[in-house]
Amino acid sequence: MTEFKRPDGRKEDELREMKAKVGIIPNADGSAMYQSGNTIAIAAVYGPKKMHPQHKQDPKRGVLRCTYNMNSFSVSERIRPGPSRRSTEISKIIEWSLEPVLDLDRFPNTVIDVHINIIQADAGTRCAGINAASMALAHAGIPMRDLILSIAAGKLDKTIVIDVNKAEEDFKEGEGSTDIPISMTSSGEITHLQLDGKINSKQLKKAIEMARKSSKEIYEVQKKALKESVNLE
Amino acid sequence: MKNINTTPDVTIKKINEYLKINKRFDGRKTDEFRDLIIEKDVSNKAEGSVRVKLGKTEVIVGIKADVAEPYPDSPDKGNLMVTAELLPLSSSRFELGPPKFDTIELGRIIDRGIRESGVIDFKKLVIKEGEKVWAIFIDIYSINDDGNLLDAAGIGALVALKLAKLPKYNEKEEKVLHDQHDKEIPLTDVNPIPITIHKIGNKLIVDPVKEEEDASETRLTIGISDGIISSMQKGNIFPLKDEEIFEAIDIADKTWKELFKKIEKFLKSK
Repeated sequence: MTEFKRPDGRKEDELREMKAKVGIIPNADGSAMYQSGNTIAIAAVYGPKKMHPQHKQDPKRGVLRCTYNMNSFSVSERIRPGPSRRSTEISKIIEWSLEPVLDLDRFPNTVIDVHINIIQADAGTRCAGINAASMALAHAGIPMRDLILSIAAGKLDKTIVIDVNKAEEDFKEGEGSTDIPISMTSSGEITHLQLDGKINSKQLKKAIEMARKSSKEIYEVQKKALKESVNLE
Repeated sequence: MKNINTTPDVTIKKINEYLKINKRFDGRKTDEFRDLIIEKDVSNKAEGSVRVKLGKTEVIVGIKADVAEPYPDSPDKGNLMVTAELLPLSSSRFELGPPKFDTIELGRIIDRGIRESGVIDFKKLVIKEGEKVWAIFIDIYSINDDGNLLDAAGIGALVALKLAKLPKYNEKEEKVLHDQHDKEIPLTDVNPIPITIHKIGNKLIVDPVKEEEDASETRLTIGISDGIISSMQKGNIFPLKDEEIFEAIDIADKTWKELFKKIEKFLKSK
């Protein structure tokens, strides 16, 4: 392998330290926090509840509606509060990533709102948001076939790494940085895949394999946090 | 703070009956705040940030600073902008979309409390008069709304200002170095806190939970620092008598002393 060293000294397949907590927002039907290194996301689920306006109701199945929002001070240069083109796209991506495991047929004419807020950003915010949302949906008692595990793989110059942080995302040397956020079920089905950069098919295959391996660690973190939120006494 | 009143009439009736004998559902006295919990450094890219909890109510307040042109009417002063977002994440009553009245009002009341009290020494925020000044952004996010977001946000804004450090500024290259911090924000020795007094029946209360906020007939927010009032806002349609206004001010003054003691204790423990 190459002599490539990650700026924070992590191994290529090493995730940042993860923290997760379920049940952080008393008003919500389900809620969770997911932290990966310096990236912190929180998510709240409200619903299923009747969809308004009525013309948006689907008589066959419930609707999943996600919103992704970054705190203005979560990044170095303040971002204007409120929705942006970026947040609009990510919100939809998150819906697509989560919906495959939800049994929405049971809730015709309703909507399940998932609100994600990024408190602190150091890359991988959509992945952290998806992990928080996955736990929040389970906490809300929405019937799910599986949890969704999300991680950003990356290619820094020629080296494939897992859980890219901001310093790595801004990496310019050699072939530069390629960002590959991936979400999957615990059985490994991919429900979300994005890529920005340059990569060949062989390298992508390796990135997906590494992400799949990492997802098992995230699965354990999510399960542990969900178990801790329930008092079994 | 209410968008839609979802507290049932029977509950509101009960709140009124209880208050007649000076009782509240959670056992508090009429002039008693819930437990105040403050945490600092909740968002590390902010110049300063805090989480404030009042019972189940939770807000996050963060401060960012940037170099900007001064406003034409104050070339010798820095800029301040206070924005609030009442996140749909924090209550089923908050909806997506452009900011509604409650959101705008909250930001503006906090803005006036900070600005008019003179806690920020705006003249010291000037880099080059008429051209370059520091702009301070105070951004407020609701995380869980169980009443009295406004006072929680005001406490958060004051504490965040005290903890914040301005980023370094490279004047030659005209660049703000957001990852390097040095000086504190120049502050004076006033400590404004907005304290909102609600009138329910004939009783005045502080720090309402959501149901009490729904039962409130009218409210008066008093931005106060050690007995000096620098901002006020009466909200809702029911009138207030003179004696109620001055009773409210007495309550605010007493409450400020209690809250500021807790804030000082927190700041010393950091």
